[in-house]
Amino acid sequence: MHFARVIGTVVCNEKVPAFGGHRLLLMEPTDSQGTPQGRPIVAVDLVSAAPGQRVFYVRGREAANALPNADNPADAAIVGIVDEARETPWGAPPAAGA
Amino acid sequence: MQVGRVVGEVVATIKHRELAGQKLLLVQPVTPDGKRTGRVSIAVDSVQAGPGDLVLVADEGNSAAQVLRRRRGMVRTVIVGVVDEWGGPS
Repeated sequence: MHFARVIGTVVCNEKVPAFGGHRLLLMEPTDSQGTPQGRPIVAVDLVSAAPGQRVFYVRGREAANALPNADNPADAAIVGIVDEARETPWGAPPAAGA
Repeated sequence: MQVGRVVGEVVATIKHRELAGQKLLLVQPVTPDGKRTGRVSIAVDSVQAGPGDLVLVADEGNSAAQVLRRRRGMVRTVIVGVVDEWGGPS
């Protein structure tokens, strides 16, 4: 799974039936610090995320498996909202009690 | 599979139900000489790994399903070992 930030929504009136009822969000992949990495992608939202929120997503077959009915063509799905990413700076000793 | 170092964890209250109760760790892929390579990813822990540990990471759905003893689902990246030693002859 990877980090991203939601930057918008995508509305499709005509879409494959398997996407019915699911929201599509536009998101920008980021690194663990929140810095944008690469091109924006469209993902199926499974956690009611909102624009501006930090999320994490899964790609590939596992994205389709994340939907209640796995028989769908999704290649990216948002599967969590980041409350906090606790990261030890590279080279520093691991935080006590972490 | 890839070798990486555990550099932290993610706290997420709202997440996919298949992730409920799972420890989500941040893993930085590393080269055999210990340098960072590529981007930090989020992996489900299956071996009680902790911060600073060098770990073996599988990034494939069937691997994850087998390790977590469940049907294939949405989990793809999973920590499958703690590395004691690695690299070629020195």
